[in-house]
Amino acid sequence: MQGFLTLQEGKSFQGEASGTWEKPVEGEVVFFTGMTGYQEVLTDPSYKGQIVVFTYPLIGNYGINEDDFESGYPQVSGVVMMQCAEEAYHYQATTSLKDYLNKWNVPYLTEVDTREVTKAIRSEGTCQAVMAHETINPSDTKLVGQIFQASKSEVETYGNGGQHIAVIDFGYKGSIVDQLQEHGVRVSVVPFTQVQKVHDLQPDGVVLSNGPGDPKDAMKFLSEIKGVLEQYPSLGICLGHQVIALAYGADTKKLAFGHRGANHPVKDVQTGRVFITSQNHNYVVDDMSVADTVLEVSFNHVNDGSVEGLMHPSKPILSAQFHPEANPGPEDALWLFDEFFTSVNHKKGVQVYA
Amino acid sequence: MPKKVLVIGSGPIVIGQAAEFDYSGTQGCLALKEEGHEVILVNNNPATIMTDNEIADKVYCEPLTVQSVEAIIKKEKPDAVLAGLGGQTGLNLAVDMNKHGLFAEYDLELLGTSVQSIQQGEDRELFRELMDELKQPVPESEVIASVEEALQFTAEYGYPVISRPAYTLGGRGGGIVDNEEELKELVANGLKASPIGQVIIEKSIAGFKEVEYEVMRDVNGTCISVCNMENFDPVGVHTGDSIVVAPSQTLTDQEYQMLRTAAFTIISALDVIGGCNVQFALDPYSKKYYVIEVNPRVSRSSALASKATGYPIAKMATKLALSYRLDELINPLTGTTYASFEPALDYVVVKFPRWPFDKFSNADRRLGTKMKATGEVMAIDRTLEGAFQKAVASLDQTIPEILEEQFEEHLTKPTDLRYFTIVEMLKQGTTIKEIHDTTAIDLFFLQVIANLVQTEQQLKNQNLDKKLLKTAKVQGFTDKKIAELKRIDEAEVKEKRTRFEVSPSYKMVDTCAAEFEAATNYVYTTYAGTNEIAPLPPNKKALIIGSGPIRIGQGVEFDYSAVKAIQSLQNLGWTTVMINNNPETVSTDYTTADRLYFDPINKEVIESIVEHEGIDLVFTQFGGQTAINIAEELSEAGVPLAGVSVDTIAKLEDREQFYSVLQSIDVPHIPGEMCHTMDEALEAAGSYEYPLLCRPSYVIGGQGMVKVENEQQLIEALRETDERHYPIVLDQFMTGSEAEIDLVADGENVFVPDIMEHLEPAGVHSGDSMALFPSQNLTSEVKKKLTDYAQKIVQKVNYKGLMNIQFLLSDGIVYVLEVNPRASRTVPIISKVSEVSLVDLAVKVLVDEESDALNDTAQPSIQKAAVKFPLFSSHALPELDHKLGANMLSTGEGMCLADTTEEAMAKVFEHLPNLYEAENACLIESEHEVKGKSSDLNFAEWIELKEAKVYMNDGNRQIDSVKRIQALKAGVTVFTQAATFNAYVGSLAYNPYQPTPLPGSKAKECV
Repeated sequence: MQGFLTLQEGKSFQGEASGTWEKPVEGEVVFFTGMTGYQEVLTDPSYKGQIVVFTYPLIGNYGINEDDFESGYPQVSGVVMMQCAEEAYHYQATTSLKDYLNKWNVPYLTEVDTREVTKAIRSEGTCQAVMAHETINPSDTKLVGQIFQASKSEVETYGNGGQHIAVIDFGYKGSIVDQLQEHGVRVSVVPFTQVQKVHDLQPDGVVLSNGPGDPKDAMKFLSEIKGVLEQYPSLGICLGHQVIALAYGADTKKLAFGHRGANHPVKDVQTGRVFITSQNHNYVVDDMSVADTVLEVSFNHVNDGSVEGLMHPSKPILSAQFHPEANPGPEDALWLFDEFFTSVNHKKGVQVYA
Repeated sequence: MPKKVLVIGSGPIVIGQAAEFDYSGTQGCLALKEEGHEVILVNNNPATIMTDNEIADKVYCEPLTVQSVEAIIKKEKPDAVLAGLGGQTGLNLAVDMNKHGLFAEYDLELLGTSVQSIQQGEDRELFRELMDELKQPVPESEVIASVEEALQFTAEYGYPVISRPAYTLGGRGGGIVDNEEELKELVANGLKASPIGQVIIEKSIAGFKEVEYEVMRDVNGTCISVCNMENFDPVGVHTGDSIVVAPSQTLTDQEYQMLRTAAFTIISALDVIGGCNVQFALDPYSKKYYVIEVNPRVSRSSALASKATGYPIAKMATKLALSYRLDELINPLTGTTYASFEPALDYVVVKFPRWPFDKFSNADRRLGTKMKATGEVMAIDRTLEGAFQKAVASLDQTIPEILEEQFEEHLTKPTDLRYFTIVEMLKQGTTIKEIHDTTAIDLFFLQVIANLVQTEQQLKNQNLDKKLLKTAKVQGFTDKKIAELKRIDEAEVKEKRTRFEVSPSYKMVDTCAAEFEAATNYVYTTYAGTNEIAPLPPNKKALIIGSGPIRIGQGVEFDYSAVKAIQSLQNLGWTTVMINNNPETVSTDYTTADRLYFDPINKEVIESIVEHEGIDLVFTQFGGQTAINIAEELSEAGVPLAGVSVDTIAKLEDREQFYSVLQSIDVPHIPGEMCHTMDEALEAAGSYEYPLLCRPSYVIGGQGMVKVENEQQLIEALRETDERHYPIVLDQFMTGSEAEIDLVADGENVFVPDIMEHLEPAGVHSGDSMALFPSQNLTSEVKKKLTDYAQKIVQKVNYKGLMNIQFLLSDGIVYVLEVNPRASRTVPIISKVSEVSLVDLAVKVLVDEESDALNDTAQPSIQKAAVKFPLFSSHALPELDHKLGANMLSTGEGMCLADTTEEAMAKVFEHLPNLYEAENACLIESEHEVKGKSSDLNFAEWIELKEAKVYMNDGNRQIDSVKRIQALKAGVTVFTQAATFNAYVGSLAYNPYQPTPLPGSKAKECV
């Protein structure tokens, strides 16, 4: 059955619908240009409520496995592809991508010229779109406050290491917790709406997670978050990084069509080293606004010069706009976790011997 | 500060080292010049663009050996050396130069990766130590220096094992064996092939997925992965002989990143500055992997990766060698982003190797760890099905019928026909599971082939409605193939397409999957998706048809002609469009023409491009026989062709018509007859005296051409001749000498720079003979006759453009052997030595009726003497007797230049020992009187010697053939013609170390 993806300004793309959809699906439409990693993308809470267009034409080649989920279920509202593999032959695969999406009732389109859609989003900017059996123009209602749905409602604890890290959850990716656990620590995930509970845990360090949508949705909690930052060694990732900026008085703004994909070059301001990162964000920290705060820019995007990381000159606070935990994407920035743990250990030493 | 940089090229084309190094070398030289450096190039392959004076400031066609390069260094006093663009040859030479202390003695800087790092990457033992240190797994292996040690290894680890000699090219002398007897032979030969007498014996991990990464690193330690590629063929087949897909298709993101990270760890430890290729074997059932190989230089794979992604690796590698950082360099495709990013593809790429087995029907077709392909094709599409079919279509080759009883052999050995065997088996109902179980080829890839087979069945059995037609076109079925399956006319398929509005679209290769705006001229045809390429702005537009994959008889020289034609047309104000499918070449560098269509070369594709772009003229003269062969089809389709009509071509290529043309102008030709059937041939043969020369039509490089001594041999030869190569020509075989002319004609006038003379007697294919230019031994009377005949032919058929004429000189009579109505193999040599660009002249007369270019060009006065010599890839095909004859065997050619022919000849043979000085270096077994000094040992004793280097045997008996093959396997240079051998012996008296630059090299003032 035919289906359409219609963008805000009326541009429409025809494809093959995954089935008979009861009602049109509306959401913000974004593209992902990475050639692998569809499973991680679909289950990454940062994509909550979005329609994801995979630019690469062959999706689903290695199926879906039990090891590479970023959360328990697909977070996206819809998927647009050129080709989706019918079968999965990879040894880890437990199901095909098609069966997985069908199981979770995630509508998808195939046989769409995804390069054309990507170009349309590039020129139009991130916008609302509708997937339906006819061409239906999107409404003007943009989704807000996605972080309230993407984050967990209760504090959850994983692992049992000696050190204890609290993750302030805005819709965290499983890989962030996995990476922390790689360092042999206990991890407690605390919903950002209950950020005060961090103090009860007395953690050795705090990670502010990624999450979907506008960081300003967390405005109400900024002073409490700043209170946590001032007290514990902290690492902010993606939306968590933006929240740190906001907490210290910097501003954020929306990019025309965001940074998404597995090939974003980021430069370390101190060493001049460039590394390739995985990214997924619509909003960035406004570089002009950083100047008026105590924070310093630690990383820049090589292509557009945007702020990719911040640090506090005297406190152990680090943040990155990209995803050091990778999944999907390059592992080149994994060392950021090491850096974080260095400050965690340093801080601890100070406390013990002071 | 501007430097004087000595760039080392890769030399003549051999299997394992082809046109890709012309591409990388050209890019590298241009990058150096862009930065204001002076470029001195040494490369004895004249058929390349890089040896053009427009690319380098000064070009030396000299031997690529330490002593020869030292002579150039003394003369030129360069500041630095760039060796990483010259393939294994360049790298080995750099290591050698270091060993001889040249860098220290002449205060030379080696740009890019250091010698120490090169050695660490290339020396098996050092490499393994490093991998252990980095905790990167390598297959269980041992470096050995004797056969006994190899046997000890297999006693411990069992068979099969892989043998890889250290520091060799394209797996030279290596292989995979599963028994003691083969192991002994292989290791003994491998030890001989390795310049340091080392072989690595490795436990075979055949069946693993083979994945490679093209990575780059700058002085600051920044690493990027330009492209990863996955082999369709699991580990066990050399990557140069594998079907390769980019990007990897069956790896999860976890696996992809795991290997990428490993590649970065390795190049960081090696301190690579520039490009590097890292090959991995990945267990298909776990995350276990092995590092197979690291090549710290640009390579065949990096050329492929450049074309697959649009990212110019060689150019960037050169800039990195000059200490630029990746984030300082702009990505030329987008113009707005930087080189420090990783390309994202929104299409898939398939590479298919092109093997020489259509020419060498006696060669061993089995594929293993030693590369056998001479070239490759690449295809781009939005589906794998489409890309596979486009790649197959680009091979320009008839796939032989595969008999059911051969299925097993092709599938499991495997041979070059494995892919086609799989297609056949799936058609007959074998399941992909069964094929997977015997071959270990990933089910994902087999499913793609199964999809194609399914569509083929549907095309056969179902009504050709819009949906099916669209599916077929998306999957890369040509109109011709659809017509064949539906048993209708090709025109009818086209008509249906028009009616159903199923038309080709064109898409851009932009390195970033549309994320950023890019204005590139690199495009491909697809039926999946809408068109995004507007025709180029209105102007006179020319389409230049390329020559496709490198194969025997059609090498890089045709790419040279195509690229030169583009430049000439651009200079004349034309907009140029290139179509080609060979990823190794300069012509498929997207900066060469105003627009590049990376597509199969066939009528359907060309016709569509001509329509889409509004092409005014299509050039078929510069793409070798491939381009000429489709001229007729194109002409019938109403495509405007430059130059002479198809009828004129037929007058020159069709023997019957050709002989009548010659007779009408009183030009002698060899007695001969055209035969349309086997019976006709046998009857005709009765009226001549044996030996006869049996010559099929429409072939490249004398394919299938044989000299037959009697009727029995003739019958055998005819049995092997393909239907489509009829009519065949039977010529009287005559003794004598050969000469040839490359000329430009404007219908009336003829420009002949000079005459080329062959060293070997008639009967040796011109591509395999050594040749002197300008000729040294022809009388002015003979020379005049040759040019007169040339003029007569041109005027008779009113020929325009480039033409090559081959002559036989016998008993004072000059016969015309054949005419090639196109750019020939020797055009680059003639142009470079005479300082007249024949292609440029040809383009001028082809685009302008009124052109006076020929009359305006002064006859060159050639001051230097050049010797052209053939190169044989006997290392890859040692089972073949390389006795020179009518069928071309060489894979490439080289040239040396000097003040005299003798000196040039000394350069040609510089790498061989002086048989008067080295005891037992040479063994002569000839019935002819030849010069030189032979060892007194018999063959069996001699061949066992370490000193055995040169073997002369021109005999025709079976035993001679066996001995020559044995000598080749032992890595000995074999001479099969007295004339060639005498030239070698004669050259020993001359000094090869007097560097002579190509004329026209820019004499730059020293600053």
